[in-house]
Amino acid sequence: MSAVTTPVTRSPEARTAPVESAWSRWANTHRKWLFAAPAMAFVAVLIIFPVAWTGYLSLTDAEGSVRAESEFIGFQNYLDVLSDTDRFWPAVWRTVLFTGVVLLVEVVLGMAIALLLWRPFRGEKWVRVAILLPLVATPVAVGMMWRLIFDPNIGMANQLLSWVGIGPQPWLSGQSSALPTTMFIDIWQWTPMVVLILLAGLTSLSDEPQEAALIDGASTWQRFRHVTLPLLMPTVIVAILLRGIDALKTFDILYATKGRGGGSFHEVETLNVYAYGLSFDYNDYGVSSTVLIIFFLIIIGVMWALTYRKKGLER
Amino acid sequence: MKPSKPFKAFRAVALVLVVFSLIAPLLWMVAASFKTNVDIYDTGKAFVFTPTLDNYDTVLQRANYVQFIGNSLWVALAATVFSLILGVPAAYSMSRFNMKKSALVVLMARVIPGVSLLVPWYYVFSNLQMVGGYTVLILSHMFVSLPLIVYIMMGYFDGLPTELEEAALVDGLTHIGAFRRITLPLSVPGVATAGILSFIFSWNNFMFALVLSGADTKTLPVAIFDFVGYASIDWGGLMAAATVVTLPIMLIALFVQKYIVSGLTAGATKG
Repeated sequence: MSAVTTPVTRSPEARTAPVESAWSRWANTHRKWLFAAPAMAFVAVLIIFPVAWTGYLSLTDAEGSVRAESEFIGFQNYLDVLSDTDRFWPAVWRTVLFTGVVLLVEVVLGMAIALLLWRPFRGEKWVRVAILLPLVATPVAVGMMWRLIFDPNIGMANQLLSWVGIGPQPWLSGQSSALPTTMFIDIWQWTPMVVLILLAGLTSLSDEPQEAALIDGASTWQRFRHVTLPLLMPTVIVAILLRGIDALKTFDILYATKGRGGGSFHEVETLNVYAYGLSFDYNDYGVSSTVLIIFFLIIIGVMWALTYRKKGLER
Repeated sequence: MKPSKPFKAFRAVALVLVVFSLIAPLLWMVAASFKTNVDIYDTGKAFVFTPTLDNYDTVLQRANYVQFIGNSLWVALAATVFSLILGVPAAYSMSRFNMKKSALVVLMARVIPGVSLLVPWYYVFSNLQMVGGYTVLILSHMFVSLPLIVYIMMGYFDGLPTELEEAALVDGLTHIGAFRRITLPLSVPGVATAGILSFIFSWNNFMFALVLSGADTKTLPVAIFDFVGYASIDWGGLMAAATVVTLPIMLIALFVQKYIVSGLTAGATKG
């Protein structure tokens, strides 16, 4: 059907439509790009240009002010960063550890809760509201809230422990307990996201394979392990993908609970926090760009691997 | 399939635990916002205390929060409206013409670490004397909203049958006319979902405003830090501020729960 047909007398809409102008004809033939181009141009200008610039900065010794003169130094920054065992590699390790742990816990816990919510029950609506609340709460505010709860002196967490006879813990202020505590906060806030995604996946599954397995005498665990889980696997990967990207980039709760540089001993300094500090606390743009490019490559690599795995599952 | 009796009992207990651990911290935050700092420091007054509005008085009167609430609202609304204007037609085109690669370009925005964009943005916008202004904040927040809207709307348009549009074409409407008069009115639930989520994500965004906002244009997540001093923290004020930031969003969530869930899980079940 061509766009330039003259209005036939079939609908009142068409009868009142004005005669097509040249502009309208042009717009209709080129509607594909007319619609898509503005959004793409917006994103392209704001991404491609900054990323290219970051790439360029990573090859220079830019420092101090963004306007200051900088010299092209090739891959020196990359050599420096990759041999930096003081800040860079610990930050990589924390990023990997943080992402790995929160993803594992969130997916396992999220799966368990989603399975509980799968079949309808009374009061379902209220449970769903409760699950939604942490998810929509502002992450910075969530960080502050837990900061009070985990305060070693006045926080409720130590109060609760004292009731069961456990001594006070340093939580966020401890050098080795800070990172696990931030992981806990992330898990509290984002497990609901995994629940919602997996629940959507479970609801879309048909009942027949379940019933067939039941007739064959499969136990609950067998039904989960051999029927539900394989069918749900693509959705699980989507959940891991969506959560993984955000977990790698976690910034808000780390900054809200530990401040600049991930605390005075950099206890929770992940790659994102490190790169932010290099850029805006130290103004060390060359090095920060190098860290960002490496970080970016890590994210792309992880995403690629997961999408690849998902495609393999769907085949 | 009917769940068994023991499972039902186990489920009830487990879900009560889940709901409690999700809600209790939030209630704790709200409760602390109604306590004086003396009461917050006194663990004996954890549950029994005389509520006071002093913290809200501090937040709303002295800390200039009314201005910051306005900033957050304005930036989130403007970013959402502009992103919808750009994003909905784009998503339509990408869905109908199956523009996978183009969609990937827009979705890249979700993957890239924000810090890598902030240095170049800061440079360019400070040269244009725009840092600290609303325009740059709205632009940066659109960067969060737009990919989200495109992603949700693409899924929505994918699920919308093309037959109605084809019928409209037969009836003499142009392609754009069919989009405007047939598809768009049918997409209102999708647009609402995308708009609500975009608003929430923009309202909650912290990092862009941390770098790009000025003293007068601060959004709420940045303004919270006013209550965290180097030496001490005004816990009551801080919790009141945190409540002021999160409560509006949680209220929205209560009323439009269905939309938020459908937006958050968009595309999760089909790939």
